[in-house]
Order: sequence, then structure tokens, then C-alpha cells
Amino acid sequence: MGYFAYQYKRTWRSSITTSFLYPILYLAAMGVGLGSLVDKHSHTVDGVSYLIFLAPGLLAGTAMQIGGNEAMYPIMGAIKWMKTYFAMLATPLRVVDVLRGQLGWIAVRLAIVSSIYLGVMAVFGAVKSWYGILALPAAIMTGMAFAAPIAAYSARQERDVGFTTLYRFGLIPLFLFSGTFFPVSQLPVWLRPIAYATPLYHGVFLCRGLVLGNLSLWPAVGSAVYLVALVGIGYWLAGISFKKRLIV
Amino acid sequence: MIEPADATPAAKLDDAGTSTDRARPPTLTEMSHNAGSVRSMTRPSAPGASTRALPAVDGTEPLIWARGLVKRFGDFVAVDQVDFDIEKGESFGFLGPNGAGKTSTMKMISCMSPLSGGTLRVLGMDPAADGPKIRSRIGLVPQEDSLDLELTVMDNLMVYGRYFDLPKKVIRERANRLLEFAQLTERANDRVDPLSGGMKRRLTIARSLISEPDLLILDEPTTGLDPQARHLLWDRLYRLKQQGVTLVITTHYMDEAEQLCDRLVVMDKGTFAAHGTPRQLIDQYSTKEVVELRFGADEHENIAPKLDGLAERIEVLPDRILLYATDGDETLSEVHRRGFTPVSALVRRSTLEDVFLRLTGRTLVD
Ligand SMILES: Nc1ncnc2c1ncn2[C@@H]1O[C@H](COP(=O)(O)OP(=O)(O)OP(=O)(O)O)[C@@H](O)[C@H]1O
Ligand SMILES: [Mg+2]
Repeated sequence: MGYFAYQYKRTWRSSITTSFLYPILYLAAMGVGLGSLVDKHSHTVDGVSYLIFLAPGLLAGTAMQIGGNEAMYPIMGAIKWMKTYFAMLATPLRVVDVLRGQLGWIAVRLAIVSSIYLGVMAVFGAVKSWYGILALPAAIMTGMAFAAPIAAYSARQERDVGFTTLYRFGLIPLFLFSGTFFPVSQLPVWLRPIAYATPLYHGVFLCRGLVLGNLSLWPAVGSAVYLVALVGIGYWLAGISFKKRLIV
Repeated sequence: MIEPADATPAAKLDDAGTSTDRARPPTLTEMSHNAGSVRSMTRPSAPGASTRALPAVDGTEPLIWARGLVKRFGDFVAVDQVDFDIEKGESFGFLGPNGAGKTSTMKMISCMSPLSGGTLRVLGMDPAADGPKIRSRIGLVPQEDSLDLELTVMDNLMVYGRYFDLPKKVIRERANRLLEFAQLTERANDRVDPLSGGMKRRLTIARSLISEPDLLILDEPTTGLDPQARHLLWDRLYRLKQQGVTLVITTHYMDEAEQLCDRLVVMDKGTFAAHGTPRQLIDQYSTKEVVELRFGADEHENIAPKLDGLAERIEVLPDRILLYATDGDETLSEVHRRGFTPVSALVRRSTLEDVFLRLTGRTLVD
């Protein structure tokens, strides 16, 4: 079923480079610049230098952004403006094939960006353990835990106003407060449970634990199951949305 | 890092526009059967077919077999209980004004849209159960182009071919031939987005042929094409038909219907207003000749009643009056004898356009 590979070609050219350049710039500015300030005063964050602390957080955070982004405009656009899905459905492909192709492409894109970024982290010396390799699937799952449910939402949208809201009140706060830039333990007590409940927290937790090699088994399993469950539920809901919009 | 969700510009669907060129006058294929009654769309070989639950399975089953076909959108009935058979190798047309339900019917036949009622068999299979299998043998030219604007012309064909699971080598070889036919060879490596409306249409048509389908469904294939491209397409379709490909066509162009369709139906408000061969329809619903009279602006409504009795039927359009008569010249002389001096007058043979006007009360291209 090589048609997925071809479908991927569709958005191939669009900004793969910028999507890993951003976290690297962030890492340079925040990790090295801000990090030197942090390290000078308190020496470590959670026992490691700020750069080392920040790098895996950005890995998960970037994965979330890519997963979310790719499941918003591209999906609504394919249904409303481009009609590309309808072209696919005139062929032997079924709605589930279209959905799998779309989500599969997002996963491939996540894999590419995350592995490049992880490589850069290794060069920075931010990967402390061989378990760090598993941070790649963890990052992909983090991205997909957002992509699949958001795909279910986007497929139903008639206009793009919802995306701005989703960004402003969803992705951006998560990016800032889910343990990416500072440990959740720094948050006010009443906010912490909310942070612990967010998928990004679990993504960050996994990625950080894996690259630092200090993850304990059961919490890790719990977080992984949580992310996988989100992907599964999202996929199921997206299947319903896609059928509703594409079969008329 | 926080980047705004990339604001893909609303990809504007290419608005092909309706070309107003109409190659006239059409030369009718002379096959003057007497129309007789054409109440039933089914072939005489299948008497009482409308009451039968399923078509014969002895190899004579028509390629498309529909009974009581219904399409509803909410409470709105877009296709209302239509019956038809389309035989293998035939070319079958659906005519009708905007909103008649043609596209809705095409989508059901191409197994993209589920039926709201009735029975449909396509290529001997049930669309609900065997959709992917049926679609693998169908080529579809949708009314709205659905090309991938970000890809090149060639890649559009390659991707589409892959959806049919064809080997790349086969697709490339067919694509080269199809681009030749669509006169897009020079544009093969250009992106689709900036192509003209007609070029996109040609590419859509080429794309529908990549799988070498047994059944080709064309929803207004020539809308937006220039006359040369239309004639090229007609020629191509004619050849495909000779190779045994079954064609189902919707169109707003009468000359196209007359040229291409062995049989056709005129659809209006979800039902069939008439059906038969082009010749039968003209014989049954129109007179032999038509006199077209043009008077000054706004005079038509006043003059028309005074022409009463001159023709079998009089049709008043905003820009002209049509007199349906057996002998056009005789009728025109009579008009002059009564003292009318039209700005222009023309005697012509009846066409499908007249049938259409009679049946739907509308001209074809609004
Ligand atoms: N998805 C839909 N939801 C609701 N109504 C629809 C939908 N698709 C079509 N219709 C309605 O069904 C009717 C028939 O539409 P259809 O597209 O089949 O007409 P058509 O004969 O192809 O017209 P045209 O010549 O303009 O292409 C129209 O009134 C249209 O508004
Ligand atoms: Mg239509």
C-alpha cells in the first residue's frame, strides 16, 4: 500500500527545517543563555543543569506543536478547500485509509523532526542514557496524542476560528506550564493536579526520564498507557468525524 | 517556538466559469425511430424489470441497474425514486437544470455517496458492500476539480495511480500518454495551482483514465474547456466507447449530448422528465422546425399573444420568441404577412435544447 508514501509527498516541502530549527534556537537561547543565569544561582534544576533539563522538555513540547498544527488547517483544508480527500475516495481507498494516511504522515513528520532534534541534543551532551533512544517513540506518541483527537475536531470545523482558541487556551498554556521550562512542583499547589493531568506533562515526563536515564518503571508505564489511550480514543473519534464529513 | 498555526491561505477552488461557446449547428445522427412511448427506462429485453428485486445474473445484467433510487439530504429529496439501466458499452447522458440531482446521482453510481433508498447495482456488485472493488474499475471526473494543487501535474497522476495500487512503471507510462492527450506534456513538471481552469479540467479528465476504467463517469466534463479541447475530448470519448468503455455523462451542452449520448434522460427536481435517444426526444417533444424571432427589447411579452395560432407552440424567452412549427419557412412568411417585422428571424431544425426548454421550462445554460 505504497500510496501513503506518495500522499506524504504532498506536504513534504513544507517547513520540516523550520520545525526543528525552532527548538534548537530555543535551546540555544533559553538553555545556554538563560541556563547560565539559572545555573549560576541555584546550580541545578532537579539535579541537572538547566540546558539538560530543558532539552527533553522542548522535545516533547515541539512534538505536541507539530502534532497539533498538522491536525488543524491541513485536515480542515483538505475537506473544505482542497477536496483532496474526495479525490482519494473516488478510488479504491476507504475513509479509514484516508485517515490512516493522514495520521501516518503526521507520525512520519514527527519522527523526522524528533530524531533530528534528538541528534542535536546528543551533540549538546543532553542525552545521558542509552534509554534516550526511546525518547523518539515517546515524542511521537506525545505528538500523536494531540494529533488524533485534534484531527477528530478539525474534520468537523467549518471555519478556522476554533483553531485560534485551541491554540491560545490549549497548546500555548500547556507548552508553558507542563514541566517543559520548569518543574511542575514550582506551580502553585492548586494548579499542579491540572498540570499532571495534561498529556504534555506525561510526554515531557517520559522524554526527560528517558534521556536522563532516571525513569522508574511503573510511572513510566502509566504515562505511556495514558498517551497511547489518548491516541486510540482520538483515532476512534477521528474515524467518526471523517465518516460524517466525507460520506454524504 | 510558539508559532501561529500556519495559516494556509484558503486554497481558492478554481472557478472554471461557463464557456458560452456552442458549436452550432449540431448535426443530428439520423436514426429516425418513432419514439413511441418511452415511459420505462428499462430495455424491452427486461420486461417488468421495475418490479423485480434484482437483475438477471445470467451475464445479461446491465452495467448499472437502479430501481427506486433515492437521495435525501435531511428532509430535502435530491433524487426521487428513479429507475434506469445502463448497458455495457453504452454512452448514457443525464441532462437537467441546476439542482436537478445529476451530481447526486453520479456520486451514488460512483459509490462515493450512500443511497437513501432503492436498489443500485454497479458492475454487478452492490455499492454498499463492494465499494472499493467497484471504484477500482471506475474513472470519475467530478464536477469540481479535486486536484492536489501543491503537487506537479505529473505527481498528481502518479499519486492517483498509486491509489489504485498500480505499479509506478505502469503509471508513468500511462501518464505520459495521457498528458499527451490532455496537451499538458510541456507542463508535466509544473505545479497545478497556477494552471488555467481549462488545463486543470483536462488534467482531471486525464487523471480519471489512469486506471483504464471499464466505466467512466463524467460530471460536466467540458465545462470551462475551449472549443478545441472539447472536440478533442469528444473524439477521445468516442474512441474509448469503441473500445467498450461505458460512459455516463452529465452536461449542460446540448450539442455535447447529441454528439456523445446513445441514450439520455432529462432530469428535473430529482425525477426523470423524459428519456430516450436524442432523436426520439426531439421527435416526441418538439416540432420539426423552429422559428426564432427577435424584436426590440421588452417587446416580446406584448407581441407573443398576437402570434397565436401561427405555430403548434410558442415559447417566450427574455431575448427572443420561439415558434414551434412543422414548416418553419411557411410560418415565417405568415408572421410577415401579419405585419410583424422582427429585428432578426431564423428558421432552424429542432434540437435537444428545445426539448429541454419544453420539459423544464428553462434554457440550459443559465
Ligand atoms: N451535501 C449536500 N447537502 C445538502 N444538499 C445537497 C447536498 N448536495 C446536493 N444537495 C442538494 O441537492 C440538489 C441536487 O444537487 P445536485 O448537485 O445533484 O444537482 P445537479 O443536477 O448536479 O446540479 P448542477 O447542474 O448545478 O450541477 C440541490 O438542491 C442541492 O442543493
Ligand atoms: Mg452537478
